Amino acid sequence: MEQLVLNDIHVEMGGKMVPFAGYSMPVQFSGLIDEHHTVRNAVGVFDVSHMGEFFVRGPGAQELVQRITSNDVSKLFNGKVQYSCFPNERGGIVDDLLVYQLDNQEYMLVVNGANVDKDWAWVIKNNKDEVNISNESKNISLFAIQGPKATEVLSKLTNADLASMKYYTVTKAEIAGIPDLIVSTTGYTGSGGYEVYVQNEKAEQLYRKILEAGQEFGLKPIGLGARDTLRLEMGFCLYGNDITDDTSPIEAGLGWITKLSEDNDFVGRAHVERIKSEGVKRRLVGFELSEKGIPRKDYPIFSSDGEEIGIVTSGTMAPSVGKAIGMGYVSTGHNGEGNQILIGIRKKKIPAKVVKFPFYKG
Amino acid sequence: MNIPADLKYTKDHEWIKIEGEHAIVGITDYAQGELGDIVYIEVDTEGETLDQEETFGTVEAVKTVSDMYMPVSGEVVEFNGDLEDSPETVNTDCYGDGWIVKIKMSNPGEVESLLDSEAYKNLIS
Repeated sequence: MEQLVLNDIHVEMGGKMVPFAGYSMPVQFSGLIDEHHTVRNAVGVFDVSHMGEFFVRGPGAQELVQRITSNDVSKLFNGKVQYSCFPNERGGIVDDLLVYQLDNQEYMLVVNGANVDKDWAWVIKNNKDEVNISNESKNISLFAIQGPKATEVLSKLTNADLASMKYYTVTKAEIAGIPDLIVSTTGYTGSGGYEVYVQNEKAEQLYRKILEAGQEFGLKPIGLGARDTLRLEMGFCLYGNDITDDTSPIEAGLGWITKLSEDNDFVGRAHVERIKSEGVKRRLVGFELSEKGIPRKDYPIFSSDGEEIGIVTSGTMAPSVGKAIGMGYVSTGHNGEGNQILIGIRKKKIPAKVVKFPFYKG
Repeated sequence: MNIPADLKYTKDHEWIKIEGEHAIVGITDYAQGELGDIVYIEVDTEGETLDQEETFGTVEAVKTVSDMYMPVSGEVVEFNGDLEDSPETVNTDCYGDGWIVKIKMSNPGEVESLLDSEAYKNLIS
């Protein structure tokens, strides 16, 4: 198992370490619910260095990224970030990712930590024109500074005008005395903020400066536990739970990142087209429990008359919503907003209601 | 780590306090710490007679769900109803207000099979 560059600092700060994506990762520090509210109400910092970073540069870069991702890369411009996925050859999803257009013919692809090896093999397999690609995942650390005070914290460490950056954009900036850091207005929390990519050698310097700058704003280190409750309250998909090799992006409600424009001939496009025209048999929905209980991954979903119609893919008690919420696939026809369903929790069937994303409305 | 000397323990991290033919059962300080923020306690075995090591309820933290087991055989005579609205009491006072069920023992001899505080301490260290 790999250790994060900041492993000792996390342990020192009370981080409870668990294995995740091949790394020993902090799952919580002060307590999951406290950390969750810290991000919603103030600011928190996540060490998500397990995430993977691939660079695609030079002639053919745009063509390769266009070919392997479902969203339309031609719509990007320098400094723009796009949510996308790698569709596979049978209509499923290899991974979801962020595509950064850093410059003309220079892209950074940010993929899930648990999928770095699988994704890299996928990129290599599809790089038929031998475009310059490199996997920098092991050399780069990633910190997410998230919450309403994120701009104030980070602005103390840079002269760059972070406040004027639009959502899902990227720039290079000197932060905490470290030049040329990639910083983007992205995240996985729904509370706004930044993600900063840094070479491992400079990671500790940056992290300590962030902690120091954040002190007056109540910044705390945040673990993977709160990362999951925060993303789930927004209805953001988690790869491995809500989307997998066997789920179509259309079923998952990710039609908006599968662009069937003429010049976007991506791997698996024929499947996406077929599914779009035939219609899907199941849909990923959000639901709220109407009675006590907590939905968990793999619990069955029933219609109000008791017929099994699907399966839960994520669930939790949602600290900012104050309810038990979940996501799951249900047969088409049962996915309408307000539709009553039942969640099988141990020996009981607990009533729930289909609701629109996001669960947390800010 | 708080491990009161006057209680008995199971290897599954329940504690039991004997009061004549009755006993109070809860989960240990170690267990609540490992679980993290507890958000739901489900006990729907009130009135049922269960065997030693049978599941009498479930404790749910934000991220995890764990069964709770009978330290000894007996009837579940009372569930701590305060936990319905304040399950977090198990985090803050697991040996006091965070008790979970009261049972009427059917075979008090089984208490001999449980761990004392020293043995439990060794188990978790």
